[in-house]
Amino acid sequence: MSMNRRQFLKLASASTIVGVGAASVMSSISKGSLEAAQIHPDPMALKAKRWGFVVDVSKLTTEEDYQKCINACHNIHNVPSNPNPRHEVKWIWKDTYEHTFPNTAEDKIMNRELQEKNFLLFCNHCAKPACVRVCPTKATFKRESDGIVMQDMHRCIGCRFCMAACPFGARSFNYTDPRPNIKVENKEFPTRMIGVVEKCTACYERLAIGKQPACAEESNGAIVFGDLEDPNSEVRKLIAEKYTIRRKPEIGTQPSIYYVIGGGEHA
Amino acid sequence: MYNSGKIIAGLVVFFFLATLPFLLNFGKANAKIEPSIDTPEINAMPKKHCVEPKAFMRSEHMQLLNNWRDQVVRNGNRIYVGSDGNEYTISLQNTCMKCHSNKKKFCDKCHNYMAVKPYCWGCHIAPKEKEA
Repeated sequence: MSMNRRQFLKLASASTIVGVGAASVMSSISKGSLEAAQIHPDPMALKAKRWGFVVDVSKLTTEEDYQKCINACHNIHNVPSNPNPRHEVKWIWKDTYEHTFPNTAEDKIMNRELQEKNFLLFCNHCAKPACVRVCPTKATFKRESDGIVMQDMHRCIGCRFCMAACPFGARSFNYTDPRPNIKVENKEFPTRMIGVVEKCTACYERLAIGKQPACAEESNGAIVFGDLEDPNSEVRKLIAEKYTIRRKPEIGTQPSIYYVIGGGEHA
Repeated sequence: MYNSGKIIAGLVVFFFLATLPFLLNFGKANAKIEPSIDTPEINAMPKKHCVEPKAFMRSEHMQLLNNWRDQVVRNGNRIYVGSDGNEYTISLQNTCMKCHSNKKKFCDKCHNYMAVKPYCWGCHIAPKEKEA
């Protein structure tokens, strides 16, 4: 059979198109895509475009009120209490006004009472998280569905780039095995192992079954949790009503925790 | 050949020692590895079943678990629909190990035999050992 150059090219291109087409059809009906139909989220799960918090520390009056929020979080997430302060692991903690808002601490006129209070700090779940940009393994990532900055412990290689990147100190490294420092284990939730970074995950495991984050539940209204993109949500109403500031907004990570620093009932 | 007596005797001894493990186990049946499903939780089930049939779980549980992990942690999908149509919560600690509450006689049995060391238990808390 003789074939000129033109016929050969026609035949070759036609058979390539048929081959590639068949391969893509076969792969779409094989295992991979059937998996999607077998897996779905819990219908009870709370949904939002971008989760956020409004923290009003004027509602926390005693030391006990702070500890209640901190313990609620640390107990259910098996956060170790390491005796060595240099190896401290924390998901939520308290600190002074001038450490929380270093760039406004020189203001001597504003709400003095508030400046003497402690603030509750945890991961800001930033809209543009610096930690996610630097993670070399995508162990920390921003969930497309609801904006939570997640930490996949299975992938973390412990390089600590994210700790250097986070402007809020929200991340802790397990320098030692955390297991011996967990007093009471919550058997429903995993611990971490030596050599991984951990942080607040906005209680993604509780949201998935329709519960509020543990700190918000225990805070007597000092921490309000809701959808920042929904103009009718409670968090948006609070932000509209009261005077709120965010930590270090000038860095441009767009934190999702708003701290009420005034306004009261008359504002 | 110099010292042939010593060399040949040495070779015989060496050959005997080198093949000793084979000689000792010669003709014996290989120890059968049977992970135990004898736990109170499984025994209480009217019809014993896992999330997928036994043969699938035996050969594919590692892929299933990897898939589950990625779906929960990265995509937030927590419900798995098994091939029997039942829905299961995706969780190693709260679903798998609730029934298989005998890690030492179930997971470890094969893993030790095959000398594989999955790092599940570095973070996930193993259940208290139970057996019926």
